[in-house]
Amino acid sequence: MSALHRKMVRDLLGMKAQVLSVVAVMACGIATFSLSISTIHSLESTRSNYYRNYAFGDVFVNLKRAPESLAERLLDIPGVRRWETRINAPIRFTVADMVEPAQGQMLSLPDDGPSMLNQVCLRRGRMPESETDDEVVVSETFANAHRMEIGDTLDAIIHGRRKILTVVGFGLSPEFIYEIPIGGLLPDNRSFGVLWMKRKALAAAVDMTGAFNDLVVQLNQPRDRADVIKALDDLTSTYGGVGAIGRSDQRSHRFVSSELEELQRMGVLAPSIFLSASAFLLNIVLARMIATQREQIAALKAFGYSRREIAFHYLSMSMLIAFLGTIAGVIIGILMGRVVTRLYSKFFHFPTFEYEVPLYAVFAAWGIASAAAIIGVWSSVSAAMNLPPAEAMRPEPPARYGKSWLEKRLGWFARDPAFRMILRHLLRKPRRAILSSLGISLSIAVLILGAFMQDAVTALFDSMFRIAQRHDLQVVFVEPLAEETLHSLKAIEGVLDCEAFRSVAVQVSNQNMRRLVAIQGSDTAPKLSRLVDRDRQVIQMPHEGVMLSRKLASVLKVHPGDMVDVQVLEGKRPFRRLLVTATVDDPAGTSIYVERGQLARILQESSLVSGAYLRVDGGRTNEIYGKLREMPKVANVTVTKLMQQSFTRTVAENIRTMRVVNLTFSCIIAIGVVYSTARISLAERSRDLATLRVLGFTKDEISGILFGEVAFLTLMAIPFGWVLGYALAYSTVNAFDRELFRMPMTIYVHTYAFAAGVVIIATILAFVLIRKQMDQLSLVEVLKSPE
Amino acid sequence: MVTSVFTAKGVTKVYRIGDVEVRALRGIDLELYSGEFVVLLGPSGSGKSTLLNILGGLDVPSAGVVHYLDHDLTAADEAALTLFRRDHVGFVFQFYNLIPSLTALENVALVTEIARNPMPPEKALRLVGLGERLDHFPAQLSGGEQQRVAIARAVAKQPDVLLCDEPTGALDVQTGITVLETIERVNRELGTLTVVITHNATIAGMADRVITLRDGSVVDIRKNENKVNPRELRW
Repeated sequence: MSALHRKMVRDLLGMKAQVLSVVAVMACGIATFSLSISTIHSLESTRSNYYRNYAFGDVFVNLKRAPESLAERLLDIPGVRRWETRINAPIRFTVADMVEPAQGQMLSLPDDGPSMLNQVCLRRGRMPESETDDEVVVSETFANAHRMEIGDTLDAIIHGRRKILTVVGFGLSPEFIYEIPIGGLLPDNRSFGVLWMKRKALAAAVDMTGAFNDLVVQLNQPRDRADVIKALDDLTSTYGGVGAIGRSDQRSHRFVSSELEELQRMGVLAPSIFLSASAFLLNIVLARMIATQREQIAALKAFGYSRREIAFHYLSMSMLIAFLGTIAGVIIGILMGRVVTRLYSKFFHFPTFEYEVPLYAVFAAWGIASAAAIIGVWSSVSAAMNLPPAEAMRPEPPARYGKSWLEKRLGWFARDPAFRMILRHLLRKPRRAILSSLGISLSIAVLILGAFMQDAVTALFDSMFRIAQRHDLQVVFVEPLAEETLHSLKAIEGVLDCEAFRSVAVQVSNQNMRRLVAIQGSDTAPKLSRLVDRDRQVIQMPHEGVMLSRKLASVLKVHPGDMVDVQVLEGKRPFRRLLVTATVDDPAGTSIYVERGQLARILQESSLVSGAYLRVDGGRTNEIYGKLREMPKVANVTVTKLMQQSFTRTVAENIRTMRVVNLTFSCIIAIGVVYSTARISLAERSRDLATLRVLGFTKDEISGILFGEVAFLTLMAIPFGWVLGYALAYSTVNAFDRELFRMPMTIYVHTYAFAAGVVIIATILAFVLIRKQMDQLSLVEVLKSPE
Repeated sequence: MVTSVFTAKGVTKVYRIGDVEVRALRGIDLELYSGEFVVLLGPSGSGKSTLLNILGGLDVPSAGVVHYLDHDLTAADEAALTLFRRDHVGFVFQFYNLIPSLTALENVALVTEIARNPMPPEKALRLVGLGERLDHFPAQLSGGEQQRVAIARAVAKQPDVLLCDEPTGALDVQTGITVLETIERVNRELGTLTVVITHNATIAGMADRVITLRDGSVVDIRKNENKVNPRELRW
């Protein structure tokens, strides 16, 4: 090890606390970076292995009913490699440990051997036997949620008929990594489950013998997708096809992809915040070191060390810090990765979820940490590099101070000498004061960003369940029925209110943009299921034209006043050009909203209803569930209370975990920045402060001066941090602005107060650390040593 | 044969400290020869350090020409000056300028690691009588010892010129004499052109030549017919 390397190591050891604070902040950045990269890698590779091993399809079609012979025509479609026809039926059942009705989706398995596509991964038990008509495999998640055992029975209603099913196995499938019902957002493994049954048995139960209503296709090449989708749409349109979709629109795949996007975004945003804070810290720490080593640098130059060697020396110091930060960060990232992976296993169901950290992530982390370090120290290093040796030999001229405009403005306030010292010291290096404040404000911003999620989710919950969905139950019929059917619902004792809805699948397009969505028809002024925008304002249905989700309008590039093409995919399948009269900033999904009477005219049908929203007497729910169970036309019943519980359970836990991480990390930034700023202030002014002590000032008085300075920076940082936090939250809201769901831009006042409070506490903590060093200030030594 | 090592003609230097403009040198003409021991004498502010810095390639004059052998130092760029210092010059400073985080041996090694033909750092430290204190940090050494480490550091590269800026300025008389003895020994045994700047007229007694500066100009150059042994100096 060369003498310069030794100097580097000893210099760093000489300022352990400051090095530690930089390493800690840098480690936070690297941790979030490696967390995101490794989780993305693990999730992607786990998913693609799963898809490959269980032959997940590329294109999917739902249709009303087609004869099995139609499948032979798939042979003529270029690009189709394999296909499998299936029967897909909604199912309702009662489970012993739950009074509310549960719903599910039943899929057929080939009678003659294993499935070719979307294979079931059997976790326990066996597959159903061909000759039986009551054996089912149940999704493992649903089975676990109800502590089922092999051999248990399920009391089910399929196609309006009651059937007792025997559970012979538990399974998972690549098409249900995220297991939610159609139209659902969050998984609720207690009230929704997937079941698999042999084709013949299921066909008999739903009157589909010799026919199918679900088609899975595997392609030769991914690039054939668009052509195959078009061909399949043409082929299935006369059989009630609701439009072929690729993987990117497949429910489960889309949710996993959306999570991956979110991870990618986090992998950029969070590391940027932490690494810029660490770059700033390195900047002030190294600037101070170079200032104190002025004469050493001059001597090195006098001995013949070149500018480049000097620069390399100081850059190596920051690179070493970056290296330490990388190691610490990667380790923390891996530990966090394991926690996140455990959280994911609640949402995403894979046969095995292997968390692994790819080597490139470690190198990339090291690369960005080094880049941040170099950016942080570059100005100081180039100052060292360009330091004229002869000038550096001479003592530094006295620091320049002057009365600032601010001091003159403050007038009376600035009379206190301590206050004047604070003000003049800060204003002498305004760039550093601003950067210090910015550093502290970053931690406020991180706190707001973390806490705002909770606010947004609370607001979302409020708008979804208190303002919009005021019903207790949603009943969906097996097929659209005449409005009069509602009488039978209204007649159930305990039903207080009943409101019809009509929902129909359409393909909406504008020029070459198209989407498969639902047209939602409701009353002009609905009471139980209202339309609410992101600002939680209730939206009235227009009497004319249709309303589009704002997101849908932007995808289709249409504005109020424009026309959209709508191909209805059910019933008479009319094609319509409809006038868009407004857009709605709704929180989830993409839909077209229209008044029900007008929808009937669009569909060319008499007033039909797809189902109804019910408000019920809380004391009579069990009787109501019983009555609904006896109605053969009911396909499923969704209980709002269960949705709320699932929402609170799943989302709240995630947010709690994130909040702890955010709190820890932002405290690290705040303490790191405050400590480093105060430590350097102390180093720079130890002579002044010691002089004041000699003159008779008490320890408390001189620490008051230093504390005043730090407190001033923190107070300046608070409004800054609020604005920055709002901006980060805003960018997060926009990033979440996807077709699946959108977050409301809500930050409560208490969140701002919380962020400011944490940073004030961190400032006090950092100052307590400094105060110890200040008390040890040796008066004689400080005054003796030459500056 | 005596050759001219440094030739300075019309060297002028103006620099600023804060708001003040300082005319440190006002047209200096000078020649320094190989192997000689030169004392640059003058009160503080006379421009001695500025001249030494220019000779050592730490600074460049505002006007005038300085030659080292056949190299024009005034025409050299930053990189060439660095190389010049690395290969030819040994510096000793008034406040030693040791690296506090390195031991005596490591401070010397700092220079031998980049020099072309250095002596082992231990040998350099033995030469200045510090063979027993190799592993001491600057803070564990007395002022005289620190200055002797600085001398060992300067001579370890076996430089062609040794430039000493007030080497005894921060030391008591006895320690100062030990340091001067060390410098004199290096000059005598290694034959290195040695330039010592001082405001202390007594020290001039040990020089081959004494050049006196005042207000940035050379006011006197005299040869010492009878050089005094540093041990006999008193101030």
